[in-house]
Amino acid sequence: MGVEGIGASVVRKEDRRFITGKGRYVDDIKLVGMTHAHFIRSPHAHAKIKSIDTSEAMKMPGVVGVLTGQQVVDDKIGNLICGWAITSKDGTGMKMGAWPAMAPETVRFVGQAVAVVIAETKNQARDAAEAVVVNYEELPAVPDIRAAIAPGAPQLHPEAPGNVIYDWTIGDEAATDAAFKSAANVVSLDITNNRLVPNAMEPRAAIAEYNEPEEHFTLYTTSQNPHVARLVLSAFYNIAQEHKLRVVAPDVGGGFGSKIFIYPEEMVALWASKKVGRPVKWTGDRTEAFLTDAHGRDHLTKAEMAFDKDNKVTGLRVKTYANLGGYMSLFSSSVPTYLYATLLSGQYNIPNIFAEVISVYTNTVPVDAYRGAGRPEASFVVERLMETAARQLKVDPAELRKKNFITQFPHQTPVIMAYDIGDFHASLDAAMKAIDYAGFPARKAKAKSEGKLRGIGISCYIEACGIAPSKAVGSLGAGVGLWESAEVRVNPVGTIEILTGSHSHGQGHETTFCQLIADRLGVPISQVQIVHGDTDKVQFGMGTYGSRSAAVGLTAILKAMEKVEAKAKKIAAHQLEASENDIVIENGEFKVAGTDKSLALPMVALAAYTAHNLPDGMEPGLKEGAFYDPTNFTFPAGAYICEMEVDAGTGKSTFVNFVAADDFGRLINPMIVEGQVHGGLAQGIGQALLEGVVYDSSGQLVTASFMDYTMPRADDLPSFKLSHTTTLCPGNPLGVKGCGEAGAIGASAAVINAITDAIDNNKLEMPATPDRVWHAIHG
Amino acid sequence: MSTVKLTVNGKAVSAEVEDRTLLVHLLRDHLNLTGTHVGCDTSQCGACVVHIDGRAVKSCTVLAGQAAGSNVTTIEGIAKGDELHPMQAAFRDNHGLQCGYCTPGMIMSAIDIVHRHSGNLDEATVRHELEGNICRCTGYHNIVKAVLDAAGRMKVAQAAE
Repeated sequence: MGVEGIGASVVRKEDRRFITGKGRYVDDIKLVGMTHAHFIRSPHAHAKIKSIDTSEAMKMPGVVGVLTGQQVVDDKIGNLICGWAITSKDGTGMKMGAWPAMAPETVRFVGQAVAVVIAETKNQARDAAEAVVVNYEELPAVPDIRAAIAPGAPQLHPEAPGNVIYDWTIGDEAATDAAFKSAANVVSLDITNNRLVPNAMEPRAAIAEYNEPEEHFTLYTTSQNPHVARLVLSAFYNIAQEHKLRVVAPDVGGGFGSKIFIYPEEMVALWASKKVGRPVKWTGDRTEAFLTDAHGRDHLTKAEMAFDKDNKVTGLRVKTYANLGGYMSLFSSSVPTYLYATLLSGQYNIPNIFAEVISVYTNTVPVDAYRGAGRPEASFVVERLMETAARQLKVDPAELRKKNFITQFPHQTPVIMAYDIGDFHASLDAAMKAIDYAGFPARKAKAKSEGKLRGIGISCYIEACGIAPSKAVGSLGAGVGLWESAEVRVNPVGTIEILTGSHSHGQGHETTFCQLIADRLGVPISQVQIVHGDTDKVQFGMGTYGSRSAAVGLTAILKAMEKVEAKAKKIAAHQLEASENDIVIENGEFKVAGTDKSLALPMVALAAYTAHNLPDGMEPGLKEGAFYDPTNFTFPAGAYICEMEVDAGTGKSTFVNFVAADDFGRLINPMIVEGQVHGGLAQGIGQALLEGVVYDSSGQLVTASFMDYTMPRADDLPSFKLSHTTTLCPGNPLGVKGCGEAGAIGASAAVINAITDAIDNNKLEMPATPDRVWHAIHG
Repeated sequence: MSTVKLTVNGKAVSAEVEDRTLLVHLLRDHLNLTGTHVGCDTSQCGACVVHIDGRAVKSCTVLAGQAAGSNVTTIEGIAKGDELHPMQAAFRDNHGLQCGYCTPGMIMSAIDIVHRHSGNLDEATVRHELEGNICRCTGYHNIVKAVLDAAGRMKVAQAAE
């Protein structure tokens, strides 16, 4: 692998700028003549706007303009869209209500923008916003799923009767019902998957600049996928044509899904920059992040699992209500359907599965993909059912899982997915060994003698990453293709630039992508630069989400590299008067195999650009591009086991141990992979123990700051014990699967299984706060 | 408006600011020291931690005027030329950062933690002391490793001086 090649834990190239304070995030950018935007947001969950009086605000110092939702409509700025069409079981399309960038008539969640003040300074914009008078007529609000589906519930959108967006099914209902009829045992659970706020540490921000003579916009924005942002802003929102809009996502401080979407604030900043003729900057504060970043999860589920007399699973039946909030965010419709129900087979051979998903509108912040996106919810359902079944059937939970593991690949599940490869026994065995599963009963007994409740919980997750191929997702309703593009430029001096449509906002692409080049050419990674996040530089790309950057993005780079290498070999062979089939690449040299003749990469590159002596008919230059569309998803899988101790007197749960055994296929940089797992585990544990959005009955967001919403702190978490088992993904030449979401997908079930084991009460909702645990113990 | 004079990263500076200006905004907006970040509005996240007269302080909870006459050190001021501070090097070597947004505040807090404990730290102490700094990327695992590593490096560096 070499010291910097694939498989080496290379220290990150990008770190130096971050640890010295020289990162360049959107809020760090200042443009000449820049103004500042502050949004006026609805204090009501559901209301009609009777009037907006901006006259006093316009007179305030420094105010450049005050713009309202009606002006957005008048200027024919397009409504926000949801880009994945879902069809209900009755054959009708999803019922999408209109979402204007600022509300002209009706507000449907607390925090929805109704107007914006543009001023010389941020403080002046804030001050003037206080002087804007908005008269509302309050309407009854729908704060959650149960309220949304209640008879006579207030209606949010005329397009969606009963607040139902779609009622979608997957799987064979009749066969599944039959499996339950003939079952020896049936296990059932009611599950709430708690609503979460992604809370990337960098709040969203946007700077828009309009160049009037060129009729050209530039948008600096906190985006995971700047090309998709440009596409949507152009094709659907009528901001500008694509060639007249440059979108730049510079250093981005975390995303976790929340920065996939194109939000009203970016649209308004662009539109306003043309209206006021000055650059416009908006930087969200944390409260705005809570009030406007797409939230995650929020399911109510009834799930049942059927077993035969040998404890083999024969059927799974799931009914889920999903809360999509007040409007349909960009990919919201796909999360509780194709990213959730298609993973309900877990790691198990389940012959019959039927799932129904009903997505509803509520007067809350829109809900969309958050780290894992549907897959954590699916994994939680399956792994809670497995654990519950083991307890009910009085068998060891590890043995029950092993009895039902899929062992033959490829494996076609009843819910679309065709698992390509895996070894679920290997990962569970590795995790059991790491935590000394066999020694647990003795540890539990010892803890009991000390007055403590000890529990152990297993979670065997599977996920689908690198969502693909484009043709397949298109047939399921996706509005975009899910390939990736890359370009490899070898400069005349032999240095290399890699242009990629993937976007790094913490994942370390500037290092891992270089490692591929080091591996192929044997050049140091200091000779390679990764270029990303700018639609003017990179031709196109689909961005980073769904753990797709290695499996799809890096494979696209490999495909472009192969073209570069083929051309370079031709040039070297010509210069060295050898056959191109005899050229091998080693340590940055193009060598004639079996001889001492060689040409260094810079000389090959120079020859390509001077073009004085190229093979007849060859074009000058050394630059190649590739688009890569995978043939299937990848299927990372693994086993997490958590051991916890509960203090019956306080209800406080404490980690004794947390072990993870993941199969991500080939690891490009194990250090970075482990970092991704740590972060994912923290978010999964956060969901299980600490985090949860609370709305009151009127639709006010009670948890709208870090004072009220519990983010995991360092002393809430243990150090993790990680290990890896490996089956190489057959679907891509690198054999990689993706590692970004695994922790968030698998961790929460392990924690809840451990606590419910400790307290011997299976009824416990997330977040399992000391208060909830205490009540679960004492009633 | 007031004129605030203070020392930042060893240089005497002066800025004309509104009285309500916070130290973090003086640093970011007036002095262009954008390494100090704002991650919340309730003094919870710690992305804005700097040193005032050698002590770690959240610069979002200090008015610029209150810092007048003091000696402020930011993330931009802790390396000696090309030589990284041991805490910076430890964060890099232990993969203690991902998106980098919380990192400046983490590093500034961590240096203060090591100083206050005279370098004698264990995992539980580090985790407890980091309560005022939130990271969403790393799960803190490698941050804790980095701080413990740096505590050792800083001891060695101190012994050498």
